[in-house]
Amino acid sequence: MKRRGRVIVFGCSTGGVRAMQTAFGLLPVDYPWPIVGVCHLHAQGRWLMPEVLARGCQLKVQGAVEKERLQGGHLYLAPPGYHLLLERDRSCSLTVDEKVNGSRPAIDPLFESAADSLGDQSIAVILSGANRDGAEGAYRIAAQGGLCVIQDPNTAEAEEMPRAALAVVPAAQRVVVRLEEIGPFLQTMGVVTNG
Amino acid sequence: MKPSEIEEVEIDLFVEALRLRHGYDFRHYGRASLRRRLLALQRLFGVAHLVDLLPRLLREESVLSKVLSALSVPVTEMFRDPEVFSVLRQEVVPVLRSFPRINIWQVGCATGEEAYSLAIVMAEEGCLQQCQIYATDINDAALATAEAGIFHARRLALYSDNYRLAGGKAKLTDYCRAHLDVMEMDVALRRAMVFAHHNLVADGVFCEAHLVICRNVLIYFDRHLQDRSLALVRQSLVRGGYLCLGLQESLDAYAGKEEFYPVDRLLRIFRLRADGGGR
Ligand SMILES: C[S@@+](CC[C@H](N)C(=O)[O-])C[C@H]1O[C@@H](n2cnc3c(N)ncnc32)[C@H](O)[C@@H]1O
Repeated sequence: MKRRGRVIVFGCSTGGVRAMQTAFGLLPVDYPWPIVGVCHLHAQGRWLMPEVLARGCQLKVQGAVEKERLQGGHLYLAPPGYHLLLERDRSCSLTVDEKVNGSRPAIDPLFESAADSLGDQSIAVILSGANRDGAEGAYRIAAQGGLCVIQDPNTAEAEEMPRAALAVVPAAQRVVVRLEEIGPFLQTMGVVTNG
Repeated sequence: MKPSEIEEVEIDLFVEALRLRHGYDFRHYGRASLRRRLLALQRLFGVAHLVDLLPRLLREESVLSKVLSALSVPVTEMFRDPEVFSVLRQEVVPVLRSFPRINIWQVGCATGEEAYSLAIVMAEEGCLQQCQIYATDINDAALATAEAGIFHARRLALYSDNYRLAGGKAKLTDYCRAHLDVMEMDVALRRAMVFAHHNLVADGVFCEAHLVICRNVLIYFDRHLQDRSLALVRQSLVRGGYLCLGLQESLDAYAGKEEFYPVDRLLRIFRLRADGGGR
């Protein structure tokens, strides 16, 4: 596979807004890798999450658009009601397939597609959340040689999601990072690996 | 070769076998989603690898329907995205009403919930009599469910909420009978509807239409197949006809997009220009 830099995929639910803001808020606009994620939190009505996140974030935050190629410096969120999958050419696909883990969008389909399409170029980030979505997908990414960055459960508003990932991802493929350290960790990785 | 790359080869072989043996062409479907569906199929048949299914795909006639069911995604609901139906009701139906006969082509109807929703809107706007809804799909099992008009009652609460948000004028239960764990749609609605097998990949224009609703089907296709489908839809539309896509679909990459103008950009409702040389 041609090396075109990594792609960061992430997932969160309860406590996810603060976690996303803290983890990605300080990354610079020229951050080399795209960041793509699922956050379960959406009530009824207009979807405000991209706007909420864009405030206090230097990355360009947007809803994922069908067939759009991922770009560094952008943060993409799966729109409500659609699963988000990644293709080998690093474009987005949206589907209305059945809910997974009771949710659509769900984290597992995103992670699994990243594992299958991008292999060890994927980095999974598992943030605060009150369910086990994402664990299976993180396992699959790890199995392809990708790295899993797991929010230290002790720093998570809801610890079930990071704990579930911790339980299945082999130690060699994961790092457990305190919430406020995730940003600096990703930043360093981006600079070192890409430089 | 990595195992994941070998799996890609298997997918190609399977898709090619399906095409050569049964004439169904999935080469232009979105790959990541197709991969997921094929994995589900593999689990359904309990085989370790996709190629293990090839002998049966080639020799057993009965396997095809299972494969098509697994590959297509008949996931739908009544009045999904209620605002869409409310704008159709307020902006589109008043124009359609002026035609003596209204043809609606609903492409990719799955189990039919959307078609019944349309029929309800037409009934409440007083034009079901002059209306014919052609609802098509490639999934015959889903079409059979649609034809029967019998849905699971556990979805009634969601559907009722959607119906109300879509500007429904009565109660959803006025249009169906709920008994035990099913809801059975009113036969009066069914009379205005025709369910039929139609494949966007291979078939031609299905009917002349004043309104085409094709929601959450194109997202499963690559650009090539999206173009083909939109051209087909365009051909079927009368001048001044309407096109309604899914909320995450657009005409942006379609060569003929200039022939349409948006009625509601966010809700993906478009109209073919009257001077656009429609049918
Ligand atoms: C997700 S459903 C959409 C249902 C409904 N329109 C909605 O939005 O709720 C997609 C449907 O497209 C159908 N489909 C897939 N490929 C097709 C093709 N080549 N021609 C016609 N229908 C197709 C599938 O069988 C499935 O029922």
